Amino acid sequence: MTSTTLAAVPAASPEAGFAARRRRKLLVAAVVFAAIAALPYGITDVYLQNVLILTLMYAALSQSWNILGGYCGQISLGHALYFGIGAYATSVLFVNYGIVAWGGMLVGGVLSALVALALGWPCFRLAGHYFSIATIVIAEIGLLLVHNWDFVGGAMGIQWPFNPDSWWTLQFARDKVPYVHFALGLFAVVWFVTYLIEDSRWGYWWRAVKDDAQAAESLGVEVFRSKMAAAAVSAFFTAIGGGFYAAYVSYIDPESVMSFRFSLLFALPAVLGGIGTLWGALVGAAILIPLTEISRSYLGGTGSGIDLMLYGVLVMAIALARPEGILSLFRRTRSARNQEATP
Amino acid sequence: MSDDAILRIDNVTLRFGGLVANRDVTLDVTRGEILGLIGPNGAGKSTLFNLISGTYQPSAGRILFEGEDITRLPAPERCRRGIARTFQVPRSFDSMNVVENVIVGGLARHPGAAAARRAAIETLDFVGLKHRADAVAGELTPPEKRRLEVARALATGPRVLLLDEVLTGLTPSEARAGVELIRKVAERGVTVIMVEHVMEVVMPLVHRAVVLHLGRVLAQGLPTEVVRDEAVITAYLGERHRAA
Repeated sequence: MTSTTLAAVPAASPEAGFAARRRRKLLVAAVVFAAIAALPYGITDVYLQNVLILTLMYAALSQSWNILGGYCGQISLGHALYFGIGAYATSVLFVNYGIVAWGGMLVGGVLSALVALALGWPCFRLAGHYFSIATIVIAEIGLLLVHNWDFVGGAMGIQWPFNPDSWWTLQFARDKVPYVHFALGLFAVVWFVTYLIEDSRWGYWWRAVKDDAQAAESLGVEVFRSKMAAAAVSAFFTAIGGGFYAAYVSYIDPESVMSFRFSLLFALPAVLGGIGTLWGALVGAAILIPLTEISRSYLGGTGSGIDLMLYGVLVMAIALARPEGILSLFRRTRSARNQEATP
Repeated sequence: MSDDAILRIDNVTLRFGGLVANRDVTLDVTRGEILGLIGPNGAGKSTLFNLISGTYQPSAGRILFEGEDITRLPAPERCRRGIARTFQVPRSFDSMNVVENVIVGGLARHPGAAAARRAAIETLDFVGLKHRADAVAGELTPPEKRRLEVARALATGPRVLLLDEVLTGLTPSEARAGVELIRKVAERGVTVIMVEHVMEVVMPLVHRAVVLHLGRVLAQGLPTEVVRDEAVITAYLGERHRAA
């Protein structure tokens, strides 16, 4: 009796094995986040800290994009719209009404989610490339509207007033470390939300919709509602990132938060690192954003297009060599190991 | 017409432009039976499955399930009411592993992911695929993929299960294992409608056979009667001669 129970321990029930894997993922995340949180104390160079902040911010934004694009398979190239809504809501509320960024980001997030639902209503009837094209067009229309909307500063944009460093107003002029921690916190929150979603009804529904919508419907999946929910969650966090960006740079205008470039920058890290994965966006951003910043600073004003060319090369390389993204390199070896272990 | 009919297809017609895929199909499916839906290629078998599961809506006619009109209900709602299906070409969710595929089906019956996972593992055990629970669905062999399709559909807790050519393309021993599985499913009280065009495999298994030809019901009855039916022989032999 005892010997059989002992023998059964390594081959525990599939559910126990699954729970253990889930716990391990959380543990890994805690270690990674703690290590990143310590980074700015070692890297005191302000320029490098700026690169770190942008890397974490784009990781968070790309992970938000990943919720709709990677998990639910709806490739949006118009997320700059939600980023802009977040940045503008936060800026207008702070500059005109004195509401601190924390409140502004939440308002922007909810507003964005509502806009995503309103736009999803017609757009999710479009399939594949047509959907992506519609998202580009809608984001461009949004950009033009903001350009001509005087209440939000029109083409002039909005300048934030300078205040003493404080977590309350999210303004830090002298020290960038708090921004590192805020960007990291934002990524950690989006990561954790994605982690929770992965083992929830929506998580399974979204992936089913991505892989085969018709088969999903035959299994009781509400395809349209799935897409709407994914779009709302994705837009919410994208807008929070937009609010943070506005607080970080203290000045926004339509081009600097709503241009098509941003839509690309949200999609690319996740695509590069591994679409529909927990860590793909961070891995992709850690490669892409430093490259962008370095090429920009070395080439100065003349090299403004170089970073875009770099993305193009990277995306082509990934598409040819490893379409599932960089993370799939590790997964392949792991599944091979598992197969050797259990013949 | 008996009250034993769990599913009633009443004068259903489906047109795609000028093409009539199903014409005036009337059919009662008895609770608990294994019904074989046979016929040459292009007879309208898969189309009829699509009409029952809600992928298509008929141009005319009605479909009743448990006495209720489901003709206009969307596919997910029909699934929740107890109609599940497999696809002729297995359509696994390839970004997920095997157990996650089945969880998608389990969620139709269980509100939470944990309960759906428990049900999914049970279902995988039932179809004999538990040892592959953690494999990526895209890496399964074709017969394993067929089993996964069945597991996914079963996890939704169906009262009627539509099997679209689940035995086609299998080796004789795999097909025998498949037949055993379908018997086991039927013993659980699930009504099974199966499309096959390999007659020798289906005939010993099904309680009743319906032959479709050019979108119409050509014959129905006991398998032994149907294979002797003149019209059926002509439809099949004619087809074979052209194919050869």
